[in-house]
Amino acid sequence: MAGHVVPVRIYLAVFAALLVLTGVTTAIAFVNLGPMNVVLMLAIAVTKATLVVLYFMHVRYSSRLTWVVVSGGFVWLVVIILFTMSDVATRPSLP
Amino acid sequence: MADRAHSAAAHVAHHFDDAEQQHGAAALGMWVFLVTEVMLFGGMFTAYVVYRSLFPDAFGHASSHLDVRLGTINTAVLICSSLTMALAVHAAQIGADRRRIIAWLVATLLLGTTFLGIKAYEYAHKIHQGLAPGPAFTYAGADARQAELFFSIYFAMTGTHAFHMVIGAGVLTWLIVQARRGRFGRAYYTPVELGGLYWHFVDIAWIFLFPLLYLIGRH
Amino acid sequence: MDIVERRPDYLNADYGVRSWLLTTDHKRIALLYLVSITVMFVIGGLFAAAIRLELLTPRGDVVQADTYNKLFTMHGIVMIFFFLIPSIPAVLGNFLLPMMIGARDLAFPRLNLLSWYVYLVGALFTLWAMITGGVDTGWTFYTPYSTAAATTKVIPTAVGVFITGFSSILTGLNFIVTVHTMRAPGLTWFRLPLFVWAHYAMSLIAILGTPVLTITIALVGLERLLHLGIFDPALGGDPLLFQHLFWFYSHPAVYIMILPAMGVISEVVTCFSRKRIFGYAFIASSSLLIAFLGFLVWGHHMYVSGQSMYAGLVFSFLSFAVAMPSAVKVFNWTATLYKGSIAWDSPMLYALGFIGLFTLGGLTGIYLAALGLDVHVHDTYFVVAHFHYIMVGGAIMGYLGGLHFWWPKITGRMYPEGLAKVAGIIVFLGFNLTFFPQFILGYLGMPRRYHVYPDEFQVLNVLSTAGTSILGFGYLLPLLYLTWSLRYGPKAAANPWGAAGLEWQTPSPPPTENFSETPRVIHEAYDYEHEITIRPQEGVEVPVG
Repeated sequence: MAGHVVPVRIYLAVFAALLVLTGVTTAIAFVNLGPMNVVLMLAIAVTKATLVVLYFMHVRYSSRLTWVVVSGGFVWLVVIILFTMSDVATRPSLP
Repeated sequence: MADRAHSAAAHVAHHFDDAEQQHGAAALGMWVFLVTEVMLFGGMFTAYVVYRSLFPDAFGHASSHLDVRLGTINTAVLICSSLTMALAVHAAQIGADRRRIIAWLVATLLLGTTFLGIKAYEYAHKIHQGLAPGPAFTYAGADARQAELFFSIYFAMTGTHAFHMVIGAGVLTWLIVQARRGRFGRAYYTPVELGGLYWHFVDIAWIFLFPLLYLIGRH
Repeated sequence: MDIVERRPDYLNADYGVRSWLLTTDHKRIALLYLVSITVMFVIGGLFAAAIRLELLTPRGDVVQADTYNKLFTMHGIVMIFFFLIPSIPAVLGNFLLPMMIGARDLAFPRLNLLSWYVYLVGALFTLWAMITGGVDTGWTFYTPYSTAAATTKVIPTAVGVFITGFSSILTGLNFIVTVHTMRAPGLTWFRLPLFVWAHYAMSLIAILGTPVLTITIALVGLERLLHLGIFDPALGGDPLLFQHLFWFYSHPAVYIMILPAMGVISEVVTCFSRKRIFGYAFIASSSLLIAFLGFLVWGHHMYVSGQSMYAGLVFSFLSFAVAMPSAVKVFNWTATLYKGSIAWDSPMLYALGFIGLFTLGGLTGIYLAALGLDVHVHDTYFVVAHFHYIMVGGAIMGYLGGLHFWWPKITGRMYPEGLAKVAGIIVFLGFNLTFFPQFILGYLGMPRRYHVYPDEFQVLNVLSTAGTSILGFGYLLPLLYLTWSLRYGPKAAANPWGAAGLEWQTPSPPPTENFSETPRVIHEAYDYEHEITIRPQEGVEVPVG
């Protein structure tokens, strides 16, 4: 039962990227970029998570079923947040 | 070595047809379990998004009370632990000497424990500062009530995360014990692989928790 | 000619308490669940009886208001979490799913046993909470009452429900992995029995929804215990946030309860019409669509709670949409019956009753999906009647129908068919007498969760309570004759109904490993026209061509 063996250098590259991205996200938190702060912060977090999922968790080399399961979980997370916010964000504000 | 010879063939349970089916089922089972974990944290992420959208300034102000240096260090610690975990799986996959597998697992465990230690220090400090929600909550600022809301979410989310890390530490300990018995090798390393998946998930949870809790309103 | 001979089966494979309490055989675990959920059903039924007793008169003269609050709370908690959600999946699903796909067990037999123990611990926690004072928040645990004001046993009950959630998650996880990885050779997805499709869809809901309930209940407990005031309005906390998180699970939960019953109906209807099911692919797909859409409608429980009107519109539209796949199923079952060779055996009576009662309950759900109508009937007995039509008229009848249908397979015994028919009819009549008046009561304005009501509602309430006694008697009968059949029922053949499906290719009761060799599937699921050409006499093996 052989799983795909990921070369160590790829792990190290991902590791380096994760550390760099962590530094970046912390650094730009101290700079006022208006609404872009949130956007960039989320984008970096999603990128880091994607790197971990694809390489450390081997999803890049896994079956389509695994990919569907992972995506499904993420999609459902978006569903609960989105639909809940559809209420919170559209309530009439009190005078 | 004698123990490597009988070690790594998986004992195929009676209800499976072969080792491949057993491995496929085990891996899918772990992935499905991780999806349940995504939804478990998802409920709290929903609460966070809701309240942050309602009280952006109060949340930003409250967040600035968290120690960014410790948070960043902890993030780096967890990322390191994910690397060492991946290397442990890798070592098992290539049939490396079991001491190498054990070394990487132990490193992961140590890094995880470091994370928990730093977290414990943060918690103690927060409680000392009067920032633990409840009757002892003390906060300078007009938005003290919403700040207490922020800290309720902070403790709930990082507490749940820490709880999962403790479980992860237990899993790692068990893996170390099994590795010492020579159970893992090129033909069978499923528990290491699945333990790795769990550990990486806990890392991913923190990848989102850190910026959402520590890095708002810093500018 | 009785060709059923005494051979080793899963019941006599091993003896003693340890062989049952430490079993990993999915069939024995199913029976462990059968006993536990029956006990919980009786407890939930006693709460119902107390409620209906109080509601005989317009005054609150049997119990005080606080006690009444506890009665309807605990009735709901026990029936939903400890009976309806596990019932078909943990009993029939556990027993049949591996057999229906030609497997020797589920993917994770030890997790299966663990799920039962987790269920037990959760049940014991909850029962202990009930005995030591009970909880009065409603099964819905709405904040801030549950987090701040209630002085009842909220935390122990919450712990019980929290723990039991894991049982449901484990079962769902096991089913999903089993269906994906352990199907017999030749058993493609579109050759699967619809019972399997239904349980697969239900399992998706279980793993995606239950964790949200888990964390929400935990947050309620943490708020009470550690002052983590996430739902505390004094801090700016939003009671609606709790409701969103709660209903995100609890609406899909109703599909956890009904989808397996629909799976039973598909099996029973096709067998007793002796006809291939109409629209197999539509029924299979509709199960997935129900699971998917069912996650997107939860706000229809919150139309009048202060939720945004715009969100309400979206949820309303989607709530209409989710009715469609259910309707597709009803059409297809009806089309299966059309020009079928109908047999009126007791499982079929339950199935037919299901189709009628589920349709009525489902149609009234559409009324409730409409914003304007819901404003009028929200929190009235109209809602109570609606969900009891689905849950009792639907899910429980599906459970009983399935229990009867597969009883010979599970126990190796036949039950008294005549008595079963009578019991089924009594259940149907008692059910309608209990719950139809409640539609009227609700429309006329009687609120739910009140133990006093205006005098003019008494007649309908008395009818409803009278129905409860009949319904209770109808439930008592199978409890008695099914138990009786274990000892005195005639031995059953492998396939007494002449049904299609791999589970019927094994002896009754089956051997521990289900199949002596892994079957190979070469045709579709309900090949009634070709596979079985004569109705079997009881006790006669039917050759499968």
